[in-house]
Amino acid sequence: MSKETTPKRRNFLFTATYTIGAVGIGAAIWPLIDQMNPDSSVKALSTTEVDVSSVEPGKTITVLWRGKPIFIRRRTKKEIDEAAAVDLKDLKHPEKDSDRAKNPEWLVMVGVCTHLGCVPLADKGDFNAWFCPCHGSHYDTSGRIRKGPAPTNLEIPKYEFVDNNTIKIG
Amino acid sequence: MSETKYIPKSKIAKWFDSRLPLLSLSHHLKEYPTPKNLNYWWTFGGILTFCLITQIVTGVILGMHYVAHTDHAFESIEHIMRDVNYGWLLRYVHANGASMFFLAVYIHIFRGLFYGSYKAPREVIWIIGVIIYLLMMATAFMGYVLPWGQMSFWGATVITNLFSAIPLVGESITTWLWGGYAVDNPTLTRFYALHYLLPFLIFGLIILHIWALHVPGNNNPTGIDVKKNSNETMPFHPYMVMKDITALLVFIIIFFWFVFFAPNALGHPDNYIEANPLVTPTHIVPEWYLLPFYAILRAIPSKLGGVIFMFAAIFVLVLLPWLDTSKVRSSTFRPLYRKFFWVLVATVILLGYLGAKPPEGIYLILSRIATAYYFIHFLILLPVLGRYEKTDPLPMSISDPVLDKPGLIDKFKKAAGQYEGDDVRSFK
Repeated sequence: MSKETTPKRRNFLFTATYTIGAVGIGAAIWPLIDQMNPDSSVKALSTTEVDVSSVEPGKTITVLWRGKPIFIRRRTKKEIDEAAAVDLKDLKHPEKDSDRAKNPEWLVMVGVCTHLGCVPLADKGDFNAWFCPCHGSHYDTSGRIRKGPAPTNLEIPKYEFVDNNTIKIG
Repeated sequence: MSETKYIPKSKIAKWFDSRLPLLSLSHHLKEYPTPKNLNYWWTFGGILTFCLITQIVTGVILGMHYVAHTDHAFESIEHIMRDVNYGWLLRYVHANGASMFFLAVYIHIFRGLFYGSYKAPREVIWIIGVIIYLLMMATAFMGYVLPWGQMSFWGATVITNLFSAIPLVGESITTWLWGGYAVDNPTLTRFYALHYLLPFLIFGLIILHIWALHVPGNNNPTGIDVKKNSNETMPFHPYMVMKDITALLVFIIIFFWFVFFAPNALGHPDNYIEANPLVTPTHIVPEWYLLPFYAILRAIPSKLGGVIFMFAAIFVLVLLPWLDTSKVRSSTFRPLYRKFFWVLVATVILLGYLGAKPPEGIYLILSRIATAYYFIHFLILLPVLGRYEKTDPLPMSISDPVLDKPGLIDKFKKAAGQYEGDDVRSFK
């Protein structure tokens, strides 16, 4: 072994040791971080079935799904027409009403303002639909953001009609 | 008065001190030279130490009776208030103690701003202070969640949602913070664990804060360097200790006026309603000490922008020692900065007021102007002022501003003469 190769060999050994050490520490820390993610019992509550037979047109019911409120609104003809008539160019987050409500009579949304998570109030605001009292976001009859600080429309959860009167969320 | 090397007297003390120099440390703390012209604004460091200890002691005791579970938290608070012996007192001291802690820290911070205490060679003390302030806000926020009232729940929802503004990973971060898909039991239990932990981190940082202070020594109202171990300094004990205690007693009177006569004045009545994830209170407000930052958050008409500006408002303080280019520390000798300092104080108070108002109309316009001014102060005014401001002449020593008053020396000489005859040379 000549004198010139020794430092290179050392450098390699140091780098390799640091790398293995870093990987080992990373692997040891990961469980400490991941334990904070949703646990199995939280994930297990991922679907909710709702009986909507008693909801009158123009009324909204709120159910809890994964700790979040879900708005289920039976829309009136006027509300559906208003939502469909909006020009997509006027929207901050352009989405067609027909894409948001598969069955136009029923609008199912996560009732959490996309700004900072408050629950918007129904039949309020500039569009006579949803209005968030915390920081003043106005949503239209399709739950689309029209005015205020919220960046996106109210989220549509995964849901399906099990039969005519039952919606399964999740 | 000088700080001399400590030499233990007894053999046992010598034996111990050479193995663990605790006696030397206590000697240092006692003899630590403080400028003789420190005014009452310098007593808030001691007051803050008192606040932290009060919070830790009452907090640990409350932890013996509180139950961190969404089904029991609200009830256990009422249990503390009604059933636990002196529970009402401990909880009111703890809740109002948080407010008093922030009151004192704001005075302490503005003291530093007025007298230029953040400038070289004290930058590290200042930055540790900003970190302590951040940890205090995190601790207070998580503590406010524990009673599981409406403001607890919705305050937690709004603040944790701030992180969802981060592009790409925002949603994953909020889910990780919550341990679920909304603020719920996992959130409450982890906030409790962290609320218990952070004060001890603050305690550790305070030791570093004081350690860093004891290297260059205190700044003082004139902002000029003090000749250590001269007649310009006095030992910390008993001189500053007595001054600190005097101020502390006045502070305690105000503190306990709140505890006994207006214990809920600084809280929000909605927090006596149990948390309900389906109904948001019509008007969510954070605790008063967070309002200026809340106003900045809402002043920016974009979710990510609001969050960035809010955190920047605190981060700009870290850069302050380099943003303020003036060589003169104390505002006393900076005629222009002194005016802008008070404008900044007024701006922060205005932001606090606006943070409690709904974000619409004139309130929104004013919060935008005040937010802009806040950043202009730090990012434009301070660097520019340092270059162009014509400062007043600095005194040669910290004694000059006192002794310079016409006729004062004669008065002293006369007073001294009464005791020592006409030869006043012995008077110094």
